[in-house]
Amino acid sequence: MTAAALSGRPIVFEGMSVLRNGRTVLDRIDLAIDAGELLVVAGPSGGGKTTLLKSINRLVAPSSGTITIGGRDAATIPLVELRRSVGYCFQALGLFPHMTVAENVGIGLRLAGASPEEEAARVDALLERVSLGPRDFRQRMPATLSGGQGQRVAVARALATRPPVLLLDEPFAALDPETRASIQKELLAVVAEEGPTTVFVSHDVGEALRLGDRIAIVHGGSLLRVDTPAAIVRAPGDPRIAALIAPARESARVISALVGP
Amino acid sequence: MTANVVTLAIAHLRISLLAVALGTLAAAPLALWAVGRPRVERAVLAVASVVQTIPGLALLAAMVPALAALGAALHAPVPAIGELPAVLALSIYAVLPVLRGCVLGLTTVDPAAVEAADAVGMTRGQRLRKVEIPLALPHVMGGLRTATVWTVGTATLATPVGATSLGELIFGGLQTRRYHDVLVGCVASAALAVTLDGLLRLAESRASSRRGRAVALGALAALVAWAVIDTAARALTSDAEAVRIGAKPFTEQRVLAAVLARVVERKGAHAEVKTSLGTTVAFDALVHGELDLYVEYVGTVWTTMMGRTDMPRDGGAVRAQVDAWLGTHGVVVAARLGFENAYALVVRADTPYRRVSDLGAGEALSLAADYEFLSRPEWASLQSVYGVRFRSRRPMDPSLLYQAVATGAVDVATGYTTDARIETLHLRALADDRHAIPPYDALVLGSAAFLRAHPSIAAALRALDGTIDDAKMRAASALVDRDGKAPEVAAMALDPGTGKGSP
Repeated sequence: MTAAALSGRPIVFEGMSVLRNGRTVLDRIDLAIDAGELLVVAGPSGGGKTTLLKSINRLVAPSSGTITIGGRDAATIPLVELRRSVGYCFQALGLFPHMTVAENVGIGLRLAGASPEEEAARVDALLERVSLGPRDFRQRMPATLSGGQGQRVAVARALATRPPVLLLDEPFAALDPETRASIQKELLAVVAEEGPTTVFVSHDVGEALRLGDRIAIVHGGSLLRVDTPAAIVRAPGDPRIAALIAPARESARVISALVGP
Repeated sequence: MTANVVTLAIAHLRISLLAVALGTLAAAPLALWAVGRPRVERAVLAVASVVQTIPGLALLAAMVPALAALGAALHAPVPAIGELPAVLALSIYAVLPVLRGCVLGLTTVDPAAVEAADAVGMTRGQRLRKVEIPLALPHVMGGLRTATVWTVGTATLATPVGATSLGELIFGGLQTRRYHDVLVGCVASAALAVTLDGLLRLAESRASSRRGRAVALGALAALVAWAVIDTAARALTSDAEAVRIGAKPFTEQRVLAAVLARVVERKGAHAEVKTSLGTTVAFDALVHGELDLYVEYVGTVWTTMMGRTDMPRDGGAVRAQVDAWLGTHGVVVAARLGFENAYALVVRADTPYRRVSDLGAGEALSLAADYEFLSRPEWASLQSVYGVRFRSRRPMDPSLLYQAVATGAVDVATGYTTDARIETLHLRALADDRHAIPPYDALVLGSAAFLRAHPSIAAALRALDGTIDDAKMRAASALVDRDGKAPEVAAMALDPGTGKGSP
């Protein structure tokens, strides 16, 4: 579980669709995510971003098409095994309110049968790494944490088993803008160090442009484009993409105008 | 009251714990099944709520014929009186609060925590054990606490179906006017409820220390384990050979049950007396072979069991029909004790009236009657046979009637011919000279099968025929009611075998 999983695994979607109550939520998605990459899935709310994310660990079942992780068809991986190899962190956090911080972070390790010593060492290292001194935070209950501290615990929990894949669903959206920028930067650095293939959902295109190795634009259930931030900004192509990046462009223009030529 | 409060409290605790444990065992899987299936959930909660609206006494009493029918259907000896119906009825009662607590707890678990549990790769069982149940626990424990307090309270009603509980003090005390006993029974039952509730609160509360919780949980687990083991041990070692004697909840019945026990034990058998049974419970138990003997009155069989509303003037005809009817139910009159405990009109002994016909139309006299008398066929019969009308008629609590006559507040009251207070308060029961009221001869009823199998006991019971007259019965009841003697002591005075053999 330790060294072997340090590098991420590629994820490939082929013709993957999700239907819910007869409505198409995602329509024939073809997408290849490289091992160790940070892919940001951006687009307007209700466009299918979260569904795309959840189809990877089968919190949502694809109706057709396939997803392979590290060359293995995800549909054939036993559910519990699949989920234990995919870290997941979402906006509501879902910290277990009846468990301490240390118990929350270590839950995946315990499920995987790690010894208490192994678990304690990994939990302490992770807490240290997300700037929550283990001595002060190990025994805290989630209800006593601030929003930012909760995010740190949630990210540490998602990383605890060194999963080859990490899914982040707007985990920072609830924070105020300044805290958000700094925590994001800090925690994504931790993620990069751990090295999983990371899929990050954001409705904020400015944020996506800033963070992603590549950006996948999902709109109305379709994947419009997958490209680097630079390529997308230079040539949006599709008018829907142009509209999405317009606010980011506008704030950049305002700022450079204020700073002066 | 002979049984002491500690013994009764222990029995009370035992059936209450068993009932709550059983109810919880039934409610928990129901809740797990119902949660996430809204239609099932609604249906299950609706059924449980309807059950909850059945009065406790009715549910307990209904268990007796239900179990008897079950036993008949299975051709197996299912005990229909005693602890089984009590524990079953109480556990049905305990289901709703626990079920509601579980459903409420499980449905209000934060969906984010459930999604996180799935996402970290918990199996369905792990999610339930590690996340859903711990998060549902405060509601579950709330339901459990409600169920416990209700059950301990309702278990006092287990007495009329033949289970030993603190209800014996309350029912017995009310019947024999020992209000001290009633108070002791109520206080003890409340104390039990409060103690168990406190233990549960301690076990659940986040506020208590880990150690306090462990101690409380350990104590509760030990109590439940004791209840189960003790009950199992009792069932295994139960005295299958004992002769089971029933008594209804008033002094005369307790004394007579003690007389029957003496007779039976003189014949070398062991007797087991079940006190404070309801009238129909006792009779049904006799019919279904759960009781071997108890004392009943001809008029009660006529009106209550046979459902007759006509009042033939010929007492002999009533007796004959009652005997025949009993025979068709496998019940035999083992002895006619010789006294009647009938409804009677009671006056002060210093008045000139001796017979009901002496009252004439009674236009100058006032009557106080117990609540049901004025709507009973006996009253209609008295009116039509004697033409009595009375100047005023008012219903009154039965415990106040004799006092009301004695103090002159009313001229005539309804009463029972063998009530000891007729003597102690210097009253007189008027003779029913025109036989308007059916005979209320006291009969020792026995199950035909039992008496056939035990001819020597049957013969000894037959020897009781005609040995107890009204005056002797009243005197014996007075020993208990007035002098505070135990029913077993009063029984010695009535037992014709006293002093004749080894007791």
